[in-house]
Amino acid sequence: MSKKTYATAIRDVIAEEMRRDENVFVMGEDIEILGGIFGCTRDLYKEFGVDRIRNTPISEAAMIGAGVGSACAGMRPIVELMYMDFTLVAADQIINQAAKTRYIFGGKAKIPLVIRGQQGIGRGNAATHSQSLETIFMHFPGIKVACPSNAADAAGLLRTAIRDDNPVMFFEHKALYASKFEVPDDPDFCVPFGKADIKRAGKDVTIVGSLLYVSRALEAAAELEKIGIDAEVIDPRTLVPFDTQTIIESVKKTGKLVVVHEAHKVAGWGAEVVSQVVEGAFKYLDAAPIHLGAKACPLPFNIELENAVVPSVEQIVEAAKKVCNKK
Amino acid sequence: MISKERKFWIYETMNKIRYFELKALKLFEENKLRGSVHLYAGEEAVAAGVCSQLRDEDYITSTHRGHGHCIAKGAELDKAMAELMGKVTGYCKGRSGSMHIADFTKGNLGANAIVGGGIPIATGAALAAKLQKTDKVAVSFFGDGASNEGTFHESLNLASVWKLPIIFVCENNGFGISVPVSQSTSVENISDRAVGYGMPGVTVDGNDVFAVYEAFEEALKRAKAGDGPTLIECKTYRTLGHWTGDPQTYRDKKVVEMWRDTKDPIQLFKKRLVEAGDFTEEELDKVEEDAKIEADAAAEFAINSPNPDPSDVMDDVFYEC
Ligand SMILES: Cc1ncc(C[n+]2csc(CCOP(=O)(O)OP(=O)(O)O)c2C)c(N)n1
Ligand SMILES: [Mg+2]
Repeated sequence: MSKKTYATAIRDVIAEEMRRDENVFVMGEDIEILGGIFGCTRDLYKEFGVDRIRNTPISEAAMIGAGVGSACAGMRPIVELMYMDFTLVAADQIINQAAKTRYIFGGKAKIPLVIRGQQGIGRGNAATHSQSLETIFMHFPGIKVACPSNAADAAGLLRTAIRDDNPVMFFEHKALYASKFEVPDDPDFCVPFGKADIKRAGKDVTIVGSLLYVSRALEAAAELEKIGIDAEVIDPRTLVPFDTQTIIESVKKTGKLVVVHEAHKVAGWGAEVVSQVVEGAFKYLDAAPIHLGAKACPLPFNIELENAVVPSVEQIVEAAKKVCNKK
Repeated sequence: MISKERKFWIYETMNKIRYFELKALKLFEENKLRGSVHLYAGEEAVAAGVCSQLRDEDYITSTHRGHGHCIAKGAELDKAMAELMGKVTGYCKGRSGSMHIADFTKGNLGANAIVGGGIPIATGAALAAKLQKTDKVAVSFFGDGASNEGTFHESLNLASVWKLPIIFVCENNGFGISVPVSQSTSVENISDRAVGYGMPGVTVDGNDVFAVYEAFEEALKRAKAGDGPTLIECKTYRTLGHWTGDPQTYRDKKVVEMWRDTKDPIQLFKKRLVEAGDFTEEELDKVEEDAKIEADAAAEFAINSPNPDPSDVMDDVFYEC
């Protein structure tokens, strides 16, 4: 084990996978000398050269499309987007092309493509640079979606993503890059897709969250413990494939469910979790599940406003108390 | 020929921009201002040279490096600085910060944090001007980097086939963040791209007010005559970091110093004005002093302004009918 930041864990896995397989390469804006604005490719051009750590023009549609095409032709591209908000500039290449190519060609194409980058609140980047977009990509069949909440998951999920023969959207969180965690040194350490992780075991209420909201749910759990509520915190880790089973097993035990995410609440992935739990474990529920997410307005710049739009630890605590029928 | 009055306006505007930017940088360094702040200092000749020929009813779209365009299009420094600090007295009620300042009353359709995001919007404003049979024009400011986005190419083609009254003003400042233009861009001069879209393309020294002014004057005539768009490339240089806090390890300090010390657009313009006998050195120094005072006052105003009330955060998502 080595204690590493989330950003270093990502960089190390990219380097290890590039050493292991010469078809793996990275393209993105400012990833050479600058090493990406969050340092996820820092100094890698020195070892791998600028053919494999490739600066692109500011042309997201072409970057993603070139990822799809080079993957179809035998490479294993990693496309770094500086902000995952820019997926929207390249939406056709992701949703109409990457996600559908294999299926519409009758299973002929193989697209080992990773699209990775950061999203979310925390740096005052305002409406077009602070969104949480993982839900959108969960909606369209054909792309896998990973959301690591700590450095170890980032390493294990990224390795799985790079070795996967399907397009994977890999959502990092800008506020997590500096956070440290013990990461296994095994160069084959993989976290399987579709396997949720119980970040804290508990018996009274199930709290499901991902990315930044794992640490916030854990903070809420610590608060709840003080008033005698024992919360179980589950991180799905991948939204596609989604591990409904682990959540259902937990709800069978606790009878209560709170789902929280930074993405907008309306039609956010938490609604899907609630729907699946209601379908699969209705009779085990002691209370109506609560789903928390960002308010239905764009992310504002001012820090107080930004905090007012996304769920707070306090709101998670309140929601858990409510489903537990505790004042 | 630029009238004396207009020369004064340009000089004043350039100084306002310069000292606004330097003040913003200072506030950022003092941790009084946060977020992504991209400064325009050193590129003032473009915004001032262009906007000196626009009226309030003409439109512009701007970029992530937008303070200069906004000020040149009539933004008040107080409200602009307050927006940078996220205050309720700011242009966008503190919701937008540095990258999205807009003032529709002055024809400023907004700075835009998405690179290339404003180019089609300016094109649409030009379409409206044409459909409404006005003599309004639209100007889209954007960087060299933005000229590699699809929106640039689609907009130029569309504006050309529809003969829209728009001028595309590319600020080629040598870099898109750390990437030099030569590494990202297929042509030596970005104005060469105009050929592919059937419109005139010109490259001018973007640090020379007169060169920018004359190229734009010509393009404006064309737009108003119904002859369609022009692409103007203004070659300039970003002497500060891409954003406040940029380590700038990707470039040679000497080149930066050369541009800063010998090609400063304000100093070059000042020299020309004094040499031509338009103004005395003292008169121009006074303009500079006043700009400093105005920037300081804007900072005071912003610092003393209240934060927005979080309970209003859901307002303005939709127009209330
Ligand atoms: C669609 C999109 N891609 C990438 C970015 C990140 N980004 C912000 S500014 C910038 C460089 C822009 O370069 P240029 O257009 O030359 O403008 P300059 O900053 O040099 O003024 C980049 C890549 C963005 N904001 N939007
Ligand atoms: Mg540039």
